[in-house]
Amino acid sequence: MTFTKMPEKQGLYSPEFEHDACGMGIVSHIKGRKSHQIVEQALEVLVNLSHRGASGSEENTGDGAGILIQLPDNFLRQQMESEGVLLPEKGDYGAGMVFLPQDQKKRAEIKEIIENIVSTEGQKLIGWRKVPVNAAEIGKSALEVMPDFYQIFIEKSENLEAGIDFERKLYLIRKKIENKIRSSKYQGELYFASLSSRTLVYKGMLTPEQMECFFPDLSEPEMESAIALVHSRFSTNTFPSWERAHPNRYLIHNGEINTMLGNQNWMRAREGIFASDIFSDDLKELLPVIAPEGSDSARFDNVLEFLALSGRSLAHSIMMMIPEPWEHNEEMESKKRDFYHYHSTLMEAWDGPAAMAFTDGCQVGAVLDRNGLRPSRYYLTDDDLLILSSEVGVLELPEEKVISKQRLEPGKMLLLDTAEGRIINDEELKAEIAAAEPYGQWLADELIELKDLKAKQDNLESSAQVSGIKDLQSAELVKVQKSFGYSYEDLQKILIPMARDGVDPIGSMGNDTSLAVLSDQPQLLYNYFKQRFAQVTNPPIDSIREKLITASNTFLGSEGNLLQPKAESCRQLELEHPLLKNEELELIKNLDQPGFKTAALEIIFDQEKESLEERLQDLFKEAEKLIAAGVNIFILSDRGVNGSKVAVPALLAVSGLHHYLIQKGLRTEVSLVLESGEPREVHHFATLIGYGLDAVNPYLAYATLDKLVEVGDLELAQKEAQKQYIKAAVKGVVKVMAKMGISTVQSYRGAQIFEAIGISEAVIDKYFCRTASRIGGIGIEEIEKESIMRHDSAFKGVRVEKETLDSGGNFSWRKDGEEHLYDPETIYLLQRAVREDNYQLFKEYRAKINNQSTKMLTLRGLLEPDYQPEPIPLEEVEPAAEIMKRFKTGAMSYGSISQEAHEALAIAMNRIGGKSNTGEGGENPERFTPDQNGDLRSSAIKQVASGRFGVNSHYLVNAQEIQIKMAQGAKPGEGGQLPGKKVYPWIAETRGTTPGVGLISPPPHHDIYSIEDLAQLIHDLKNANREARINVKLVSEVGVGTVAAGVAKGKADVILISGYDGGTGASPRTSIRHAGLPWELGLAETHQTLVLNDLRDRVTLETDGKIMTGKDLAVAAMLGAEEFGFATTPLVALGCVMMRVCSKNTCPVGVATQDPELRKKFQGKPEHVVNFMRFMAEDFRRELAALGFSSVNELVGRVDKLKQDKTRDHWKAKGLDYANILYQPEIAKEKAVYCQQKQEHGLEKSLDLRELLELTKEAVENGIQLEKDLKIKNTDRVVGTILGSEITKSYGAEGLKEDTIQLNFSGSAGQSFAAFLPKGVTFRLKGDSNDYLGKGLSGAKIIVEKSESSKFKAEENIIIGNVAFFGATSGDAYIEGKAGERFCVRNSGVNAVVEGLGDHGCEYMTGGQVVVLGQVGRNFAAGMTGGTAYVFDLENDFKDKVNQEMVELDYLTETEDEALVKEMIKEHLKYTGSDRAAEILNNWQDYKAKFIRVMPRDYQRMITAIADFESQGLEKDAALMRAFEENVHDKARVSGN
Amino acid sequence: MGKATGFMEYQREVPKERPPEERIKDWKEFKNKFSEEAAKIQGARCMECGIPFCHSGLEIGGMVSGCPVNNLIPEWNDLIYKGKWEEAVKRLLKTNNFPEFTGRVCPAPCEGSCTVGLNDPAVTIKANEYQIIEKAFAEGWIQPEPPEERSGKSAAVVGSGPAGLAAADQLNKLGHKVMVYERQDRIGGLLVYGIPNMKLDKKEVLQRRLQIMEAEGVEFITGTEIGKDLSLEELQQGFDAVVLSGGATRPRDLEVPGREAEGVYFAVDFLKANTKQILGDQNEDYISAEDKDVIVIGGGDTGTDCVATAIRQGAKTVNQFEIMPKSPDERQADNPWPEWPKTLKTDYGQEEAIEIFGSDPREFLIMTKEILTEENDSGQKVVSGVKTVKISWAKDENGNFYPEEQDGTEKVWPADLILIAMGFLGPEATLIEEAGLEQDGRSNVKAEYGDFKTNLEGVFAAGDMRRGQSLVVNAIDEGRKAAKAVDQYVHVPFTEPIYGKNN
Repeated sequence: MTFTKMPEKQGLYSPEFEHDACGMGIVSHIKGRKSHQIVEQALEVLVNLSHRGASGSEENTGDGAGILIQLPDNFLRQQMESEGVLLPEKGDYGAGMVFLPQDQKKRAEIKEIIENIVSTEGQKLIGWRKVPVNAAEIGKSALEVMPDFYQIFIEKSENLEAGIDFERKLYLIRKKIENKIRSSKYQGELYFASLSSRTLVYKGMLTPEQMECFFPDLSEPEMESAIALVHSRFSTNTFPSWERAHPNRYLIHNGEINTMLGNQNWMRAREGIFASDIFSDDLKELLPVIAPEGSDSARFDNVLEFLALSGRSLAHSIMMMIPEPWEHNEEMESKKRDFYHYHSTLMEAWDGPAAMAFTDGCQVGAVLDRNGLRPSRYYLTDDDLLILSSEVGVLELPEEKVISKQRLEPGKMLLLDTAEGRIINDEELKAEIAAAEPYGQWLADELIELKDLKAKQDNLESSAQVSGIKDLQSAELVKVQKSFGYSYEDLQKILIPMARDGVDPIGSMGNDTSLAVLSDQPQLLYNYFKQRFAQVTNPPIDSIREKLITASNTFLGSEGNLLQPKAESCRQLELEHPLLKNEELELIKNLDQPGFKTAALEIIFDQEKESLEERLQDLFKEAEKLIAAGVNIFILSDRGVNGSKVAVPALLAVSGLHHYLIQKGLRTEVSLVLESGEPREVHHFATLIGYGLDAVNPYLAYATLDKLVEVGDLELAQKEAQKQYIKAAVKGVVKVMAKMGISTVQSYRGAQIFEAIGISEAVIDKYFCRTASRIGGIGIEEIEKESIMRHDSAFKGVRVEKETLDSGGNFSWRKDGEEHLYDPETIYLLQRAVREDNYQLFKEYRAKINNQSTKMLTLRGLLEPDYQPEPIPLEEVEPAAEIMKRFKTGAMSYGSISQEAHEALAIAMNRIGGKSNTGEGGENPERFTPDQNGDLRSSAIKQVASGRFGVNSHYLVNAQEIQIKMAQGAKPGEGGQLPGKKVYPWIAETRGTTPGVGLISPPPHHDIYSIEDLAQLIHDLKNANREARINVKLVSEVGVGTVAAGVAKGKADVILISGYDGGTGASPRTSIRHAGLPWELGLAETHQTLVLNDLRDRVTLETDGKIMTGKDLAVAAMLGAEEFGFATTPLVALGCVMMRVCSKNTCPVGVATQDPELRKKFQGKPEHVVNFMRFMAEDFRRELAALGFSSVNELVGRVDKLKQDKTRDHWKAKGLDYANILYQPEIAKEKAVYCQQKQEHGLEKSLDLRELLELTKEAVENGIQLEKDLKIKNTDRVVGTILGSEITKSYGAEGLKEDTIQLNFSGSAGQSFAAFLPKGVTFRLKGDSNDYLGKGLSGAKIIVEKSESSKFKAEENIIIGNVAFFGATSGDAYIEGKAGERFCVRNSGVNAVVEGLGDHGCEYMTGGQVVVLGQVGRNFAAGMTGGTAYVFDLENDFKDKVNQEMVELDYLTETEDEALVKEMIKEHLKYTGSDRAAEILNNWQDYKAKFIRVMPRDYQRMITAIADFESQGLEKDAALMRAFEENVHDKARVSGN
Repeated sequence: MGKATGFMEYQREVPKERPPEERIKDWKEFKNKFSEEAAKIQGARCMECGIPFCHSGLEIGGMVSGCPVNNLIPEWNDLIYKGKWEEAVKRLLKTNNFPEFTGRVCPAPCEGSCTVGLNDPAVTIKANEYQIIEKAFAEGWIQPEPPEERSGKSAAVVGSGPAGLAAADQLNKLGHKVMVYERQDRIGGLLVYGIPNMKLDKKEVLQRRLQIMEAEGVEFITGTEIGKDLSLEELQQGFDAVVLSGGATRPRDLEVPGREAEGVYFAVDFLKANTKQILGDQNEDYISAEDKDVIVIGGGDTGTDCVATAIRQGAKTVNQFEIMPKSPDERQADNPWPEWPKTLKTDYGQEEAIEIFGSDPREFLIMTKEILTEENDSGQKVVSGVKTVKISWAKDENGNFYPEEQDGTEKVWPADLILIAMGFLGPEATLIEEAGLEQDGRSNVKAEYGDFKTNLEGVFAAGDMRRGQSLVVNAIDEGRKAAKAVDQYVHVPFTEPIYGKNN
């Protein structure tokens, strides 16, 4: 028995993908005064954060809760005294909280092991205390694995100093015990929640409410502490785990570490060169630093503990692990910058969304990641209390006691030293740490930059020639290209656009080609690796608009000893980014500097003489020898490919060597540089870096570009082309990282954020260690064959064929290229079938798709249903009309497709009782009412995506289902953009924006950075429309099952697992082909995981992604799906011929275009879609009959009726093994395996249902005025949204008359206060508010003011949380005080006054007016394309904070702006009585010049043009169209890459 | 590719042909080239389709849709648009050994399936192909390129039509020794004697290509018929492989009274004799239409060639009979894109007839009942006229269509020369019988498309001989693919077939 009932890895489920997030809090006395009250208050905080945690299928089994406090000496002393034990002086003993088995015998034996080690280490065991617990309230599954809780007491030996020395000893003791237990039969049966002379942890598999009752200790008055950290956990599974609860030994963490695998590998690699005066010989006992069984937070804790105990302060260690984004911050104080710069040569950052609080028992601190992706607010009180938490209002405090309300800022640290009795602010703290060593001098003396080398090297041209660049200019170029698998398409669609535009090229529609392992074409090894991406549990980031937090720099050379840093530790060569030009590589090859030694490693094999595998083995051995000889930079080179010499796949060589060196403990002594003809596109570079490469010289790509310039395919100078190409590649890699939420190349390196598909375990274990590869696949021999095939196509055969590149056919279909599901024949057959309502033709189409004996394309192609000898009679199978209710069309926005196509889909789906989907573009409200002929053009599913276009109360109320798009198959982890030239007036209107102005959908939802945030949004939307099902759209990737389990716990009604092959209007080609996985894997994993978690019965599972026949439907059902989506195929039914030009607005069939001329060519009719759906249903019925089932529900999850077709003798596919896909968890037989119960959304607990509806009933019904006062607290979330939905239901988009309902709240409002609140409602809040205030505001007025009793200055304190007015569409807001980060993100119509705000204010805003009466944070107005902001710049520093990429700064115009701003401030004064407003108005003549107007350039141009045309007498619509046409050819400023 | 908005901005154009009144005075080609600028604009209309149907070579309902040799049309259209002719020709020659032939005589199924053609007139593909290859010849880019190495293997090709030539060309380029056997006095098969000079110039175009092939090492032997002058077995012994590409040369005959009369000829004989005449041969077989009333039976391309030839020879009248109904001007609902468009085409022969005689020479839904004869001065039974009847198509009880004669529509046409252009039935029997080749149900030599192997070891069949009467472009496709099959048979394969499944 262990304390975790996490199932073993089984089927596609693997416990390693579990995620968690939480609410966290600190309560601490600044002067260090211990009291029991602190503990009590912390527990109150914990309880008030319980909605941020979760419980699983059992209501009374929480995901975990805990508290970390100072060692409560009085309490422990008393307790032990009562057992007759006298504890030594405080500080002279350590206590631990130990989880031990309930089995007495085992427990005794483990205790003995512990005791032995304690005494070996010269310390004395004082005794044990059994910690009393009250388990009466604990859920069954938690109880089953509950440990016995013991406290251990160890007395310090005399030769040790109290304090850090003793802590180190206790650490050593614990590590030795852990290592011993890990290798014993008691593995997993011992856990130290803490062992310290300073701190103590109580935690368990509990809900926050259970905490105090479970541990009666905590209620004891002697249980005193000056510091308390609490944590409420939300895990993405339901499996009990007592030790995974926080706090860890030093910290609590809200968020996750995206780069964990890389960090861990690098840490392990570093261990080889560790040396420490402090631990000296004991050091080896401490390894591995990272205990393999821990969660990512626990692993972070392990390293932090190690760093802190080996000589650095806690704060210093945190600064190394979570550095501020210093790279692009020129304003940063130079010493601090030097500190970060120096430390980046020692260790990469641990990257990911994180709010962390940490303590060593004396200092307590908190830090936020560089993105500021987790909320952290804090209060200081007049009686020296610090209360920090994910939310405000978690502790009831009289307002007059609060002297300051602040937040943690991105990258900043808050440190309270209870010994000094003060808070040390970020600046002071970091300045002190940064000054500890002469880091700047060390860098100046030791760190070399490439440009320093260049300066020395005056003859670059000649060295370039030496490297043989010119060789490839000859006729041999094509042969070399072919040997590396270059296609004509690579040139035309990858290299030329990269060099011409400087971006990763865009494509349209999805990927419908074979998986690499099923393709007959030789595939580059990169194609077997699919990029992973962030969804739900962590956010992707916007590397374009939020560039300031990204970094691409790279170091070459040996790393120093992490534990004893010195000047030489930074003796490295720094590169701006990992792409090396030829001449730069030449410099590195000839590097003549002390401390550097370069050697070449040839990665070519002679096919006559050796195998690929032999070459690799020799290579690794050779590398090892060279390291011994002092080499610290390897150049792996494949130059010299010829008739007999074949290149080793570069990725195999790099990753193989990287892992070999990690195993040998040598990796950090060398850098790996690749000189290869193979990599050329973003995915190649990303994969290479992700598997450990330090820098790359893609010489053949450069030679190819030179040639393209020479022949005029690129109208650029060669140097310029290369520069642009490198820029595109680097930006592209940064974007791939950003999809996972990773900001720096250094952290991405080796992080292995990929899943392999179609690669055998043997290859993975040897060369790509710990990469997920779940269905087996090719071995090293097949990889070799593919290399040889490429090679032969270059050196054998007909000259005209050898000397011209093959077409490729990945993006555009070619007869001899890659196979596609959609080819001329399938399109022809399908279109004819649906137009002529001809089922026979559909059968021909179906036969062609299903028959993959000659062409294998998909995983499901190899899945054979186990048909019965005789089908059951067709009439016994549920009718097509029933089945069609399970059908949906995909989310395609009005904007990406034409009105004609969009409405045809809606009409068709409404006719058959299925559901169409708005996509992310809103919907014209006219469509909400039925047409005269009875057709309804309203899409049943209303999508809510990251841009929130058109999402308001009216839109949501008209949904049958609301879909939260977390990711899209064709571009998971990315946002989107609609260039201005596609924002026609009618599109702008529906989206609530300005015609001709580009629109950006950010990569993340700015209200979802983690699982508990998603739970909140689900809750918000459920409030906005109680009848609608809430659907969460995820994309297949490894671990999606666990994410889905979390989403199910977050109360989603439907979960959609999209395949990677879904369509798109425009996505980077890199993403279309290389990100995400087929739905077969994601769906099966999700189904299995939900079943294992006993959550399957409460969600409906849906899937989509190139589902094209009834057999596909049957397979999907058997793998777990109940509902099914189609997107591309219905478009084909409507006339799409897969032009793949959706992004160009030139669709010649009027489907994916807004061009009025082209729209006229649209020939599709709803009947075509209806016919298609009916054919699919009929085909599905025949599958059901053949399988012997009469209904879809019976088929769900019946993988036992599926088998892998192993008869295909395909040279690559033969290695596949679908056992994991076809796995059925044991408990599936007992549990429901399809949706059978409704989620419990808990709406009855809402303030709206408790009070507001009743209170406002009459006012709503009759529109009469009402004003009421109410109390509110942070647990009252989404207040007003249900009320709003009722108003909208009755009054539509118009709402009520202004101020009809006025509610005055006092207290701390919970999250999403006033979300989607419509016109006619005024909410006044006295106190403060948490995150997402006024989200999606739909016309209401919001006033937030400080309490009368508050004594602080409003403009210096945070009054509302992060992401206020996100996606708000109309209304007014007056905020007396500062807002957190991301104020008014994607606001499209709210007019707001606020007195200061955090970073990223007004990001992506498209409309509305924002007046800021105080300081703004960094990156203001990034991606802002519309609306206006006016900022009061008293300090004259606004220019440094605004992101000027898209906006123009100006002073107020005398007439319009001035009047407007003044009026808004007057209103602000009127509503809030703001001192700030009064002061400004009183000094208006002086102060008005301090206002800076921020206006997007495109927006300004358009509104000027519209006004001009209107003044020429044009009607509004005509003026809009003219202005649009006039500006359509302007270069769009909104670009995606 | 091309220009993203080209299809919206530019109209379809084809190069102007020489005016009928001028061109009927000689035997020179009637087609012209574009100006380079015009070709560029036409290239710009190409849309860079995600699925270029033009390139597909799909067979729908027995008709081809898209290019059977899978020409990389979007790629070279784009290159033309960008003025990159040299690159364009490389990409053209990658899939097509003889674009100068297809650029002249192909009915261009590519254009029928062009995506622009969904709503607008299709992209001008065929003329662009012609433009590219002629530019390449004019610039001297087409030079003999003998293989770098010889494989030591050899192959014989029987028949020198487009299939045989394509097979020979590919095999030679793969390094194999190739010998082409032709029973006629000239190399080219249908290309030399089936297609009239005004469509494909024998000296300037055909000879040009043959000289290159010779310079590259292909050997041609004329006047030798396999199965008669040499046995197939002898070839099997002398070569590592044999490709049979003798065509489908057995013409469909007209079985009506009077057929045996003097003055009734098969179209091929008429055309062949005429070509020999133009090429200046001693020509006893020459058939003149001068001052004659000419009836051409058959509305296909060969019939049209007869019309045009007869006009140039100075025929008094020319009429052309077609048993099928007149096609509509536009696609019908049951013939949607990208199917081969069954629409009315007025070809060069008809245009010329209209110019000379004032009306389209074609009669539709007409069936020949009898050939009327008379005795001439020397006592020979000669043609004097044709008796026809109008028909309509009806369905029998099995649902098969049959021609139903319309009462009261009999008509007698005066005629001195009747040319039968009713298509071909299959390969001739001589070689098949001599060698014991297996045939399929339609009398063609039996071999699977893809491996092209006959029942005889090392003997392959390609082109019309294997598939029956078809297009030049299909013949080229078969020749190329058969060469690949032969290469695999004789030699270590050169591309993916070792591991792959395709072909």
